[in-house]
Amino acid sequence: MCTYRTEKVAVSGSGKGHDGWFPVTEATVYFDHPVHAPAAHTLNVDFLNPARGAGARVALELDPEAARAVAEVILATLDGLPSGLVTSTP
Amino acid sequence: MAWDPGRRAGWQPEPSWSGRARYGDADPPFARPGEQGAGPTIDETGSVQVSDAMTAKTTTITGHGGDAIEAYLAHPEEGSYGGVVVIHHMPGYDDATKEIARKFAAHGYAAVMPNLYSREAPGASPDDAAATARAQGGVPDERLVGDVAGAIEALRALPGANGKVATIGYCSGGRQSFLAAVSLDLDAAVDCYGAFVVGTPPEGFPLAVTPLVDRVGDLSCPLLGLFGAEDQFPSPEQVAELEAALKAAGKPYEFHTYEGAGHAFFAVDRPSYRPEAAVDGWNRIWEFFGRHLSA
Repeated sequence: MCTYRTEKVAVSGSGKGHDGWFPVTEATVYFDHPVHAPAAHTLNVDFLNPARGAGARVALELDPEAARAVAEVILATLDGLPSGLVTSTP
Repeated sequence: MAWDPGRRAGWQPEPSWSGRARYGDADPPFARPGEQGAGPTIDETGSVQVSDAMTAKTTTITGHGGDAIEAYLAHPEEGSYGGVVVIHHMPGYDDATKEIARKFAAHGYAAVMPNLYSREAPGASPDDAAATARAQGGVPDERLVGDVAGAIEALRALPGANGKVATIGYCSGGRQSFLAAVSLDLDAAVDCYGAFVVGTPPEGFPLAVTPLVDRVGDLSCPLLGLFGAEDQFPSPEQVAELEAALKAAGKPYEFHTYEGAGHAFFAVDRPSYRPEAAVDGWNRIWEFFGRHLSA
């Protein structure tokens, strides 16, 4: 099905897309048909910079279990950082 | 699980031969001079002439609000033909759906597929455009209707147009095909596994998309519905609910539900493809359009 539901969050950082690195300003997360992955549905994440056009996108289509594993290691990585590192200013 | 061709429902006015020639038609095998459609014809001398040339190209049409939007056009080079608005699925205005437009042209119809994401992402690749449109909330219903109306105008302006028009949509386009059919004056409509014609959209859906079943009384044309028995959106229960509403409203419809098929069984480039269901579904479409899009 087309799930329609889309979670959107503002982000700060960079991604590497078709034309190289660019700043990403938002991310969308949705569970829907993939374009490329060989599955009926995947957990899809797009990192976008709408100000730079539709092509400014880093896209992922993940098996749901893989997506959950990635989410968990991201959280574990962040939770395991030395105190004060996350809030430091580059 | 075996495909069950016996699972069909609905009623139609008595079918009549369309006057179109298709490979495999037994009687008559060929169209006579001046009859509709591509394919072999018999000229005045009795010789068989094959004219299956087509034009297929990107063009611009006037969509909702007078906006110039991208569209893909495919039509036979010769003869007169009915028109079909092809409504692409949520993943976008992609190669697979352009191939569907060309398939209609090969079968003697003109097809126009508007790029529903033209405004959000002009010139972008289909997957990037779909992602951008999704992030911006998708396609509003009112705009969809306006874009389909523009596609109909483009079809009727073609030199070979016979004036008859239909819509067909896949996935989210299935719902949008139904939406067009309750909003515009059409000759036929096909809903291929469109979710949320009945049923409530998921919580959090950013657009105010509502079920359309309460508008069934406005249906302007016969409806062909093609569904997978293993689909959850629409589920067999939701298909049954839509069928009950059509029956109660006295609207002509024809539904086919395929065992062993789920959502998107027509999609040849996806693992959801189910050849038996898709082949039979295409045959149902040719029969249906043969009845309703002939001049």
